[in-house]
Formats: sequence, structure tokens, C-alpha cells
Amino acid sequence: MSDITVSGVTPGRTEHPASTAEVAEILRAAAAAGESVIPTGAGTKLSWGNPPTSADILLDLSALDQVSEHASGDLIATVGAGMPLARLNEHVATAGQRLALDEAVPGATVGGALATNTSGPLRMLAGTMRDLLIGVTMVRADGVVAKAGGKVVKNVAGYDVGKLLVGSMGTLAVVTEATFRLHPVPQGRRWVSVAARDAAHAAELTQAVLHSQTVPSALEVDATADGTRVDVLVEGRPEGVAGRTAVLSGLLPGAETSDQPPAGWGRYPWDDATASHVGVKVTFRLSGLADVVAAAGGLGMRGSAGVGVAYVAVPAERGIAEIRAVLARLRETAGRHGGSTVVLDAPQAIKEELDLWGPVPALDLMRRVKDEFDPDHRLSPGRFVGGI
Amino acid sequence: MGLTPLETLIRRARALLPEDGVITDHARLRTYECDGLAHYRVTPALVVIPETAEQLAAIVRCCAELQIPYVARGSGTGLSGGSLPHAEGVLVVTSRLRAIKEVRREDQRAVVEPGVINLDVTRAATPVGYYYAPDPSSQQVCSIGGNVAENSGGAHCLKYGFTTNHVLAAELVAADGDRVRLGGDAPDSPGYDLLGAVVGSEGTLGIVTEVTVRLVRLPEKVVTLLVGFDSTDRAGAAVSAIIAAGIVPAAIEMMDALAIEAAEAAVHCGYPDGAGAVLVIELDGPAAEVDAEYADVVRLCGETGAFEIRTAKTPEERFLIWKGRKSAFAAVGRISPDYIVQDGVIPRTALPEVLRAITELSERSGVRVANVFHAGDGNLHPLVLFDDAVPGAGEAAEEVSRGILDLCLQHGGSITGEHGVGADKAAHMPKMYAAEDLDTMQLVRCAFDPDRISNPGKIFPTPRLCGERPGRRQGAHPLQEAGVAEVF
Ligand SMILES: Cc1cc2nc3c(=O)[nH]c(=O)nc-3n(C[C@H](O)[C@H](O)[C@H](O)COP(=O)(O)OP(=O)(O)OC[C@H]3O[C@@H](n4cnc5c(N)ncnc54)[C@H](O)[C@@H]3O)c2cc1C
Repeated sequence: MSDITVSGVTPGRTEHPASTAEVAEILRAAAAAGESVIPTGAGTKLSWGNPPTSADILLDLSALDQVSEHASGDLIATVGAGMPLARLNEHVATAGQRLALDEAVPGATVGGALATNTSGPLRMLAGTMRDLLIGVTMVRADGVVAKAGGKVVKNVAGYDVGKLLVGSMGTLAVVTEATFRLHPVPQGRRWVSVAARDAAHAAELTQAVLHSQTVPSALEVDATADGTRVDVLVEGRPEGVAGRTAVLSGLLPGAETSDQPPAGWGRYPWDDATASHVGVKVTFRLSGLADVVAAAGGLGMRGSAGVGVAYVAVPAERGIAEIRAVLARLRETAGRHGGSTVVLDAPQAIKEELDLWGPVPALDLMRRVKDEFDPDHRLSPGRFVGGI
Repeated sequence: MGLTPLETLIRRARALLPEDGVITDHARLRTYECDGLAHYRVTPALVVIPETAEQLAAIVRCCAELQIPYVARGSGTGLSGGSLPHAEGVLVVTSRLRAIKEVRREDQRAVVEPGVINLDVTRAATPVGYYYAPDPSSQQVCSIGGNVAENSGGAHCLKYGFTTNHVLAAELVAADGDRVRLGGDAPDSPGYDLLGAVVGSEGTLGIVTEVTVRLVRLPEKVVTLLVGFDSTDRAGAAVSAIIAAGIVPAAIEMMDALAIEAAEAAVHCGYPDGAGAVLVIELDGPAAEVDAEYADVVRLCGETGAFEIRTAKTPEERFLIWKGRKSAFAAVGRISPDYIVQDGVIPRTALPEVLRAITELSERSGVRVANVFHAGDGNLHPLVLFDDAVPGAGEAAEEVSRGILDLCLQHGGSITGEHGVGADKAAHMPKMYAAEDLDTMQLVRCAFDPDRISNPGKIFPTPRLCGERPGRRQGAHPLQEAGVAEVF
């Protein structure tokens, strides 16, 4: 037997549906029996969020891993929720295309990435899951199968229910299939990296790149005890990349360029948060970068400075008092700069001592949405904001 | 004593708003009876024009208390009857909420009130080197609030995305009159993406009173081409070849012979003689990148049979190329007394097939159709021409227009790419979505506006009774039976 837990809670049993129809059947039975259901893909983020208040059924969607359609001429693909992101990208790469969404957590599935709204450096170019998702098939808490969106990139018929599901941590409906817009794989890519003297200097360099007309695909800052680095990725035609790299090198004196990503590119600054670190995500206005780097201090941070997102790893051994203090400091700083500070992952014992989300505006309205979609609170109950 | 709810509302509105912000005079009310889709007309019971978000919220709170429906209106350029008034309701006009509150270059953000005109955001940002990317052809007149409600697109959305990709935060006056903040200045606000649901909800989830938008750095170089082909098939092949080469132009627009004829007659844009189709292609970005793409685009157009490739050498030439395209809707008025603007989407690769089917439909019915569209993303804007003075012509045109939507659906597309469902296409929603899909959308409605007082009767052909347990409904809807709800 497996010893899988959802934030420390052991599910009653695991179901392995292989189709949307089977998911619907399981959810109808669960509705009749009043059982709670927690969807999962590869299980890479089951330790995220609050512990569920109930976990009768773990709904393992990893068998829904088919490509239903890849219309390369239309730059769209429809895949099962259990399809690993990496495999999806291998598949569409055969047509010179990609889903422009980084695999932030290795092994993650499409459904898991959707439910947790993970992203990486490429978000500066193409946005996040919400910007790439154009349609979903979902099974509601009552077992009803419904679709939202469609198979064309442009579509304003009705509400964009798919956006509500993005980042909802499996609390509104079970996503079984998703349709994405794809982007062409660029012919060339090049990284331009430079060391910054300190937080203020990193912010200055970041602003210089932002206001340039080089259109980077990514703009990351990596601050560690060893120093602070600004890394810029440009992608495009070889001639274009060469020209833009030259402009960037002028803006970032002393920069080095490479065809290979710098160390740690697109990875959180922790290896295994569940065991040893508290993994924190901080968001902020672009002009708040220097303050966020300063607030992270000796802990360092890494993230998409070009869009206002950073990740901070706090070693669990620091103890709860210090972890709380760090969180408070980051929250105060992010709050001042229009953002938020969320604990993504942490050792279970520590997580229970923390407010994972901080202030959540419009929480009442969110509860009303939850009540409409899942009136009995049986889908991933308690894992999300405000105990949703 | 004995005041009707409407009279009570008028009294309160007069206390809340300046005198000229409350309109009850019938003749003046009638000036608000339609939006850009002028064949739907309803005179509202009352029009209010608040000057602040507080006033607007206070009016909505009164409406909630008195259970009076209200409809938001921006500039009234919508093409689906979204801001069509409610006969017993209030029309809430945002035209006095026109402040651009902040333009912050360092954050690449602007904060504006909902009545601000789309182009004015770009005008305010250009001095610091930025612009607001979504550019509907109506951008000189339409409001940001309307754009948010419709999730408006534009010619440049192929590369830059739609309104939903550029709105970071909003203040919403909910249906109970509460003011809630959705999203944030920074990305990935914790909790559900309520903003994502509100954008494109056509005013049915509340009224937006403040919008934070992303500003985009002006491109280093812009190149605009006008390419002539002898047929739409050839032009379509060129579009496919460009996309297949991994190029994402800022825009690729197509016009067929009839649309070209109309544009020529109206604005003398000098499009190539005898063209069966033209493409307007725009490339933008870093100069080095644009130059490389330009060479490829010219080569691909040549290979697919272009007989003329013209590149704008001056801003004036660029303006003229775009003028032909942007004036196309109005221009059709030159060649036909009346016309219907249709808006449907198909997978781009189905373009040649669908265009042929539209031609057949047109020939069979004798109704002329001019095609103008965003070819890059398969968003068709067929203009169905007719003369209302001829008996039966309007009906015949309606039928062709509906037939085109059916074609879009047969090819896996959508009944609207940017103009919205509004009052016009609610009856088509069940053709695109199953009952379960529509029911699921209405769960969102129930969460935001359980009494359905915010723009009722739009989008959904049949309202859902909120609070009802899903999946158990049988027979006719209770509201329908009670004669409360209208069925389209
Ligand atoms: C010539 C012409 C060209 C056009 N070209 C395009 C185009 O290229 N792309 C495109 O997408 N559209 C286009 N349109 C359609 C139209 O301009 C857009 O839909 C526009 O966004 C409507 O804005 P508005 O301010 O006129 O809104 P209105 O017509 O006043 O209202 C539209 C909808 O928004 C709601 N609404 C308005 N303000 C608010 C608010 N503050 N909060 C909540 N709901 C609100 C209304 O209730 C209504 O449902 C065109 C229209 C015309 C006439």
C-alpha cells in the first residue's frame, strides 16, 4: 500500500479513473454517499495548502494522460489532466511548438499545474496558466460533466469558467481535460547574465531592461549569500537574438552571455520544501523589487523580477518563531508593494503553525462561489484560502 | 407614502446625484434606448450618470434593496445589445467616471476609471514610452469598462492577447452595492481568480468602477504591409504559411473583394486594383527581430501567389493602410443601405473551407456578404448586406447571418470572438454549449448576483434559479412557469 498523504492526512482510498465518464461516475457515487474527494495528478504538490478537513477519496487522474488533439496549424492542443507537462511539450515539439509554461515542479501534470497555478520564468513572455488555457472539461461535485471555453483562441461566449478553476486547488471541480494555445518554439535563445552589487543595483538593472525595447522572454533575479544576479532570456530569430543580446549587454555592463540557462533557472530556491524548508511565494509591484530583496535578506530569493514574483526558502531548522518573523516581514513588504506572501509548501508540523495565505481580499465572494459549485464542501475541503 | 419602488429610487437618486445626473424625461431617456446594435431598442425607466464610484455604489445598493434591475453603459458602442436598457430598470452610465488616476512607468501600470476611453489610456502612456495593447477598432470612442465587460479584442490581439490578459485588478460594485477589490497590482492574487470571471461577463456580475491595466513598452520598430492576392484562398494560404514558419505578427487582417470595394468607395485607401483579397500584416518588436521576420513574410507571400506587396514607408502610408481596414464596417454603408455585422470564430486552418461555404450560402440566397476579419486568429466579421426597403430582405439577411454562425459551430468555433453575446446571441448559446455547461456558468452568476438584477436577460437564454440544488431540475423552470422569466 502507498503511504501517500495530503498534507499529512491519509485518504480513505484511492480511485484510478481512466476517462471523464469514470470520473463522473465516481463523483456521482461520492455525492450520494457524502464522501469527500481530492483530485491529484502526479502527486507532486499534495503537501501544498492546508490539510484537508476530510479525505475519503484520493482521485488519481494520472491515467488521463492522452493527447486528444494537437491541431498544429491552429497552435492548440487538448490533453488529459493527467498528462505530464514535460510529455506534452515533447509531443508538440515535434511540430516546432511548445506550451510556454515552465515545469516549476518536476514531474507535474497539466491538471496539477492548473490547480496550483505554478509558473516559471517564461511567464514574462506568455503569461501564466490563465493566459494559455482556452478550454476545459470538468466534472462538478455533483458528478455533472461540463465544458467551458472551447477550442479556438478567441472566444467570448459566456463566462470564462476556466479562469476560476486555475489555482483553485481542486476545490471547485475536477478538471479532466484542458485545451491550450501553443507558441512556436523560437529558433534561437540566449541568456544575458550580470552580477549586481546589491538589492538596489539589481532593481536598477531590472528597470533598465524593462524599459528597453528588447522584449525579453524572461527577466529573473537570483539573490543568494554569494551575491545577486540578474538573468535575462531573449528568444527569436538568430539575427534578432544577436541584435537584442548586444543591446542588453550595453544596458548591463559586465554581462556575460550563454546558450545555456544559468544554474537554478526556473527552479524554486528549495529542493524539497516538505522535508527541510518553508517555500514562500512573494508578489509585488515592479518598483518594489529592491525592498523585497532586502526583506529576504540573507535567506536570498529567486524569481521573475520582470513581472513581480519571487520565491524565498526559509530553512525549517530556524524554528517557528524566526519563520513567523520572516513571514511577517515579507508580508509587510509585499503588502506595501501591492502584493501578497503565500506559503506554498512546508514541513507539516510547521505549516500548522502558520497562516499560509495572509490577507485575502474578496474572500466572501470566493466563499459564495465555492458554495455554488460545491455546496456540501466535499471537493478538497479545507485546503484553500479561508478554509475553503 | 405609496411610492412605487421606481419612484423611491428616483427620489433617492436625486438626493445622491447632481441634478443633471438623473434623467427621467422621456425624450432624453430615448437617447439611451440602444447601443451599437440599433435594431434592438428599449427605453429605460431611469438613467443615472454618477460622478463617483461612491455614488454609483449607492445607486446599486438602492436597486438591490428595491429589487430594481440595472444595466451598465459605457460608450454604448457594443455590437450585441449588451447595454440594451431594461424597460423597468435603471441605466447606469459611466461617462462621467473619466479620470486616469495613475500612470506608473516604473510598474508598467495605469489605473483608470471605467468611463475612460480606450485610446486615452494609450495617449496618457505614450509620453513615457508605453501604450495599452488591446485596440478594438472602436478605440477612439469605447470605454475601458465596456472593454472589460466584453473582453474586447482588436487587430493586435493575435500577438498581445485580449483585454483579459491586460487587466490586473478592478474594483467591482457587486450586485448588493458592496465595493470589492478583485486581483491586485501584483500578479497571482491569492484565492480564486474572480477577476478572470468578471472580465467578459458583460455587466452581469456587477459594475466595474476602477481598472488597473498593464502598460506595454512601445515597440522599437513597426512594419506594415499591404499584400494583394487574386483570391481569398491564396491569401489564406499565405496566413497559414506565415504562422507555420513560427512567426507571430502583431496583426494579420484580411478583406475580400466586396469589403475592399466598400473601403475604396468610402476612404480611398488605394488598395491594389483587382484584388480578390488583401492582407494587412503588421510586424513589430525589436528592430533586429522585425527585419528578420519581414524578409520571411515577403518571401512567403510571394511563394503563395501575392501579386502586389506594398510596405508602408511613412507613418502616413501606414495610416492609410489601416484606415481601409478600420473603416470597413462603416464603409459598407457606401455599398448597401443596411447591413448586419456578424462576429464568429473558426479554427484558422478552416478558413478556406468556411469562406467557400459562406460564398455558397450567399449565392444560394442572393444575399451579398463582405468579409473582413482577423485572419490570424480565425475571427470572422462577415458583413451581411441588405436593403430594408425590400420586403423580406431583412429576414433573408438574418438567415444568412445565422447560417454563418452555424458554419462556425460546425467547425468547432465560437458564436462570438469579441462582440459578446448580449441580447443578440443569447438564443444561440445552447447551440454552442450543452445545458450542463450553461448551468455551470450560471453558478457563477448565482454567486455574484443571486437576484439577477445586474443586466438581466443577457447572455443566458434561460436563467437559473439560484440556490436550487444542481442536477435535480425537471420540466420547465419554476421562474418560467411563474411567468417571471423570459425565454428567448
Ligand atoms: C465601429 C465599431 C468597431 C468595433 N470594433 C471592435 C473591435 O475591433 N473589437 C472589439 O472587441 N469590439 C469592437 N466593437 C464593439 C465595442 O466597441 C466593444 O464591445 C466595446 O468594448 C464596448 O465598449 P462601450 O464602452 O461602448 O460599452 P457599452 O456598449 O456601453 O457596453 C458594453 C457592455 O459592457 C457593459 N458595461 C459597460 N460598462 C461597464 C462597467 N463599468 N462595468 C460592467 N459592465 C459594463 C454593458 O452593460 C454592456 O453589457 C466595435 C464597435 C463598433 C461600433
